[in-house]
Amino acid sequence: MIPSALPRRTGAGFKPEHFAAIIAEPQPIGFFEVHAENYMGAGGPPHTQLGRLREDYALSVHGVGLSIGSMQPLDRAHLARLKTLCERYRPESFSEHLAWSTHDSVFLNDLLPLPYTQETLDRVADHIDEVQETLGRQMLLENPATYVLFSESTIEETAFLAEVARRTGCGLLLDVNNVFVAATNHNLDPGDYIARFPLEAVREIHLSGHSETVDELGAPLLIDSHDTPVKDPVWALYETVISRTGPVASLIEWDNDVPAWPVLRGEAAAAQRMLDAAARQRAA
Amino acid sequence: MSDATQSAFAAGLLEATPPPAGIAAWNSPSPERRYGVYRNNVAASLTGALATRFPAAERIVGPDFFRAMAAVFIRLNPPRSPLLLAYGDDFPDFAANFEPAREIAYLADVMRIEAARTRAYHAADAAPLDPQVLAEIAPDRLGGLVLVPQPSLSVLSSPHPAVTIWAMNAGERPVEPVADWRGQDALVVRPHMIVEVVPLPPAGAPFFGHLAQGRALAEAASTAMAADAAFDISANLAILLRAGAFTAIRKDQDDEDRDHA
Repeated sequence: MIPSALPRRTGAGFKPEHFAAIIAEPQPIGFFEVHAENYMGAGGPPHTQLGRLREDYALSVHGVGLSIGSMQPLDRAHLARLKTLCERYRPESFSEHLAWSTHDSVFLNDLLPLPYTQETLDRVADHIDEVQETLGRQMLLENPATYVLFSESTIEETAFLAEVARRTGCGLLLDVNNVFVAATNHNLDPGDYIARFPLEAVREIHLSGHSETVDELGAPLLIDSHDTPVKDPVWALYETVISRTGPVASLIEWDNDVPAWPVLRGEAAAAQRMLDAAARQRAA
Repeated sequence: MSDATQSAFAAGLLEATPPPAGIAAWNSPSPERRYGVYRNNVAASLTGALATRFPAAERIVGPDFFRAMAAVFIRLNPPRSPLLLAYGDDFPDFAANFEPAREIAYLADVMRIEAARTRAYHAADAAPLDPQVLAEIAPDRLGGLVLVPQPSLSVLSSPHPAVTIWAMNAGERPVEPVADWRGQDALVVRPHMIVEVVPLPPAGAPFFGHLAQGRALAEAASTAMAADAAFDISANLAILLRAGAFTAIRKDQDDEDRDHA
């Protein structure tokens, strides 16, 4: 099984509108990440661009449609498409979400939550075994941004992720913005979540922006919208994480209201300065 | 989580029903607005996927109308695959029968151009036929040629000036009254990395349509001639080469006849 092995630097989510600016000069970027499903057409500019980027940069393929948290079997045709994509581009990492998005053959195009029980843990672990066997590589599983809880849940999310990683050998993708969003939404302390998180299994970190609203009772309700710069409390949480883990591949995700390339590159540079500081601290 | 829990959660995402049983929030046993975030994400992301694919249609009907039409389409035809790049292939047919849009008779044909453009964008790559190859074929044998179409090729025919209307609403030409209101045919094809919409002269659609189906050049030309006496073979051949709509010669009918003689 090929281990997930991104460079321990910062990366950026690739947006086609940035392609010309990116290839115009060498970029201080450790890796680019793409959504797998955008590169499942037969040909055309998406593949031409990805092939070109791949010549100069490490690559992370991030799936958003496999529905690993589904109670129904994985979509074998989709898994085969992921295998084709991974064989073509040989990315340093493949990741997916602790979530579901397909039900009764309808693809809902959102990362939907699941309760954490022995039954769902067994199912998720089986699905990850199947993914890793099919792809012949270790995958990373990402913690979700959630808006509701399930009364039937019996396992904490951090314990659930730790057990899935232990059983399957998958790595974890720690989305620090998701931690902040979900903890706020469930009136929990994000620092406490990080303290319980199995940091030794983390192979990649995601950073992004969120938007703020309130529920019917006036309590904060944060939305994982990927449409703003990373917010200060998320940066602070990130510094806490990397002070414990040391440098980890860290990605800036910006999927909506996408800014000009220099703005996104600036966010990645800000994260890189924090990674460098964490590395110096640990060396001292 | 039983299948039933997941079914109930999914069911409320495409229909405005109360939150399913079994979900909660720290401060409420029935977190309607929190569950609504998921419903909104589903609607907004799928509407967004359609708006990205059909920007000219959105401009023609306006964002509010487009969103309302998309909402009905999504409820009746939700995606059946995680490959959203193909979602909405049947949205033009839906729009053609969408009662509130009935007065905009050309809307569906403009949308067919947009759908064909996305298909072409993601289609397999293939180098266009080298014009020199055709130039070297004896004129008396041209009629027997069968050509291999670009994987990206679509041939469209509209009783409306759909190509002009598409171009105006896609920012390809200024928006102004359509001077010459008559039907238009077009090729949508991607010879290299740019998707092209190529307007066709009279009877271009039957000509290219038959070629794309694997009919020999002479047969396609006589069908086109029968459809419209104004059919001009040399104008259409010039477009065939310039547009890069075909990739190779599949067979030479005369050769085959000789082989079988």
